[in-house]
Amino acid sequence: MIMKTDDHDHGGQTSARTIPVRVLRQDAPGQESYWERHDVPWEPNMNVISVLQKVAAIARSQDGRPVAPVAWDCNCLEEVCGSCTMLINGRTRMACSALVDRLLEEHPDGIELRPMSKFPVVRDLVVDRRRLFHSLERVKAWVPVDDSFDHGPGPRISPEDQEEAYPLSECMSCGCCLEACPQFTRIETPKREGETEEQFAARRAAAFDQGFIGAHAVSQAVLFNKHPTGKMIADERMAALTGQGGIQMCGNAQNCVAVCPKHIPLTRSIARAGRAATLWALKKLFDR
Amino acid sequence: MAQPRVLVVGGGLAGLAASMRLAELGVNVDLMSLVPVKRSHSVCAQGGINSVNALTRQQGDNEWKHLDDTVYGGDFLQHQPPVKEMADWGPRIIDLMDRLGVPFNRTPEGFRDQRRFGGTLYKRTAFAGATTGQQLLYALDEQVRRFEAEGKIRKYEFWDFLTPVLDDSGRCRGAVCQDMVSMQFRSFAADAVVLATGGCGLVYGRSTMSMVCTGSAVSRVYQAGAAYGNGEFIQVHPTAIPGADKLRLMSESARGEGGRVWVPRTPQDPRDPRTIPEADRYYFLEERYPKYMNLVPRDIATREIFDICTTDGLSVEKDRLCVYLDLTHIPKETLDRKLGGILDIYEKFQGVDPRTAPMKIFPAVHYSMGGLWVDYEKSPTGGMLEGSPRNQQTSVPGLYAIGECDYQYHGANRLGANSLLSCIFSGLFCAAGVQASAGAKRAPAAESLFASALRREEERHEALIQRRGGGENPYGIHHELGDLMTRVATVVRRNDQLAAAYDETCALEERWRRCSLSDTGNWTNQNVVFTKSLGDMFPLAKLILKGALLRDECRGAHYKPDFEMPGIAATDPEGKRREAEQWCDRFEANTNKWLKSTIANHGADGHPKITYEDIDTSLIPPRPRLYGLVGGEVIEEVWKERLRAREAKGGQAAAREVGVGAAQS
Repeated sequence: MIMKTDDHDHGGQTSARTIPVRVLRQDAPGQESYWERHDVPWEPNMNVISVLQKVAAIARSQDGRPVAPVAWDCNCLEEVCGSCTMLINGRTRMACSALVDRLLEEHPDGIELRPMSKFPVVRDLVVDRRRLFHSLERVKAWVPVDDSFDHGPGPRISPEDQEEAYPLSECMSCGCCLEACPQFTRIETPKREGETEEQFAARRAAAFDQGFIGAHAVSQAVLFNKHPTGKMIADERMAALTGQGGIQMCGNAQNCVAVCPKHIPLTRSIARAGRAATLWALKKLFDR
Repeated sequence: MAQPRVLVVGGGLAGLAASMRLAELGVNVDLMSLVPVKRSHSVCAQGGINSVNALTRQQGDNEWKHLDDTVYGGDFLQHQPPVKEMADWGPRIIDLMDRLGVPFNRTPEGFRDQRRFGGTLYKRTAFAGATTGQQLLYALDEQVRRFEAEGKIRKYEFWDFLTPVLDDSGRCRGAVCQDMVSMQFRSFAADAVVLATGGCGLVYGRSTMSMVCTGSAVSRVYQAGAAYGNGEFIQVHPTAIPGADKLRLMSESARGEGGRVWVPRTPQDPRDPRTIPEADRYYFLEERYPKYMNLVPRDIATREIFDICTTDGLSVEKDRLCVYLDLTHIPKETLDRKLGGILDIYEKFQGVDPRTAPMKIFPAVHYSMGGLWVDYEKSPTGGMLEGSPRNQQTSVPGLYAIGECDYQYHGANRLGANSLLSCIFSGLFCAAGVQASAGAKRAPAAESLFASALRREEERHEALIQRRGGGENPYGIHHELGDLMTRVATVVRRNDQLAAAYDETCALEERWRRCSLSDTGNWTNQNVVFTKSLGDMFPLAKLILKGALLRDECRGAHYKPDFEMPGIAATDPEGKRREAEQWCDRFEANTNKWLKSTIANHGADGHPKITYEDIDTSLIPPRPRLYGLVGGEVIEEVWKERLRAREAKGGQAAAREVGVGAAQS
């Protein structure tokens, strides 16, 4: 709303009620984490983003000590960019769509915020999710077009195929599925003294390549292996899916699909990729 | 010879399209962004992307009509050659995105489906559910990742662009930037720099824009000497969901798919909206605009919704301004298939299912039509000449601007689903010219140039971190600036308010100089990054206010009731005719005076210096924008007679027959 008839005045005179917020903070990588408590004035229609905005504006802890604002990632605030993933009352989810009143109904004693545990903490609630994007590179999650010049339209696609592809294509790389996955474990590679950026990037990529690619990347591989042009490099994707850290690591816990904020049928993708992997292994065996 | 190196700043649709095409041309690309590029604001675009297509073509549509709708919708405030080129490229761009795997909705036969958007009568808009921007961005993100894997593009994510580096001749030779994690400064030498940093919605506090849309990069090059065009033209989207942290967009596609806007005829009717009978509902857009109905151009829909709440007092709620946007007459299955994404957003954030209850919506700041002034070279066919290093170049040689941060394509008002097109188009199209500019032989820039620019930025940073006392809170000042700008520089503008707001903005800027930081550390310090970007909002706020203050007319999104040209009051034919003649006289006088781009240059005293630039209207002569005006049909008649008379005299020869169009009453 753009008129000044709203009651969301940032002075906070609307109500004396406050929300106790506990934040697990960490000043930098390799440092000890610690809990800090903030009392945030309650307002109607708050989400966790507006709570954190208030924490930053107030910049004092509950006991009145001046503290640096809590660091966190966010951008679109409408659950489509995938930035603001964190653990809210122990659950991995997006901060923008976590509505305060609903959280308080579940936990009247306050809100607890922690950074995701499967990625290295950069600071406070900010984590380094480069590995998530690296997995997309591993499975070549793209359509291998010749170039971006004009070659007429793409292939005809039936509405059924579009309706199957579209939900998979809505994956916003938030990382919820990875946080919830027992097989996706944290990989941390601190930069070494004297190492160049290039050396560091190469060592980090090699470390990532050892780990599980994750449900999101499996699902993207399925998406592109179904696309009429995308499937032209299906074998390369299958090689990645069946290589080190591939689909065989999935323990079928099915946590991924339960926490996906976009309700992407991740376990269906995993099952499909699993079947394709078996066929591919057989084919390779006979092709020898 | 070594391949040139180009720095692209911003990883939304425009930045990714440019990076992809540049890499393909063999240029080395450094791609920088405040966020991982896949999280850029383009993901928020919902409804679709416009182009002429096989279906509309058979209904009489063509690229010329797309150009015409765009410049008529934009009230003729844009140079026409670039718009022509964009409309001509439209079909190719949709085909390309289709090939890249964008899951566009399909017809039963497997063709791309299309919907209708505002400001046109054709179904020109291709779409992927209601998350078209997200899907287009992902397709380009994937191609860029592919080039990244091949080593042709290097990404710098979580980096802040601080200043362009200019040599003694005034050419841009690179930039100084800051890693927002380690807070380290670094200079980037570049043979050309391309800015694709989007809009400046955060100058208005809350808007439909994402948190990175501060306008800081644009403001920094403006302060370094780049000219800014048409700053006062800010689109206020008619339909957004009010929220405490953000005003979330409710796409125009909701109306494109048949959504109806209404209010109860009785003010604040206490009944459940679903039980209010048709007779007691006021479908004010449909009644006032029988031709375009709910799909009038955005500036008009916005003013009508604003007016019905403020002037007519028909807001649905008493203490909060809003109207109903109703989809409940459409089958749930259709809604899920075509609008699922945006309906989920409404449900998630409002806790009400819009499939069964009408949504409550109100206008919100949405898009900056204005932006960095950019050049173009006209082609012999009246479009833009591909490969010219002038295309999309700002007033600083070697510095380019594309996407929402340029001023080029949308004039005084942007049509729905044209922004995704302009972003991808300007990104792809500029690449050949940028390559030519970057590849030209010139002496390498002196190392000292970068060293001194870097030192200046470090000193500025240190001074901010070290500043003690003052006690001003940057978040509080941002809130005040946003409220002020929203109050005076959105839907309705008045000179006394604009003049006062300009002084208030200067006072806020003074207070900003006394901000003290709550975080003085040098690791992932979001506090200092925000405070810097807030400081850079003031030059933009000032040029918006100054441009709006000086422009004494109504044009597109810029509406000043004191300078409105009312419709025809007479009821008898002669009286109507006389008034229409007078109306057209006044229109011509106003066109002569005000059909000019506002150009702002940053003055040494911190105030914008405003000049005006003539507009290339060589393709389609300006004509009155008559959507819904009383007596519009008589005015149209008079205007056509004048046009014919002028053509007979051999004046405006290029006037093709597209009809004055859209006149109705």
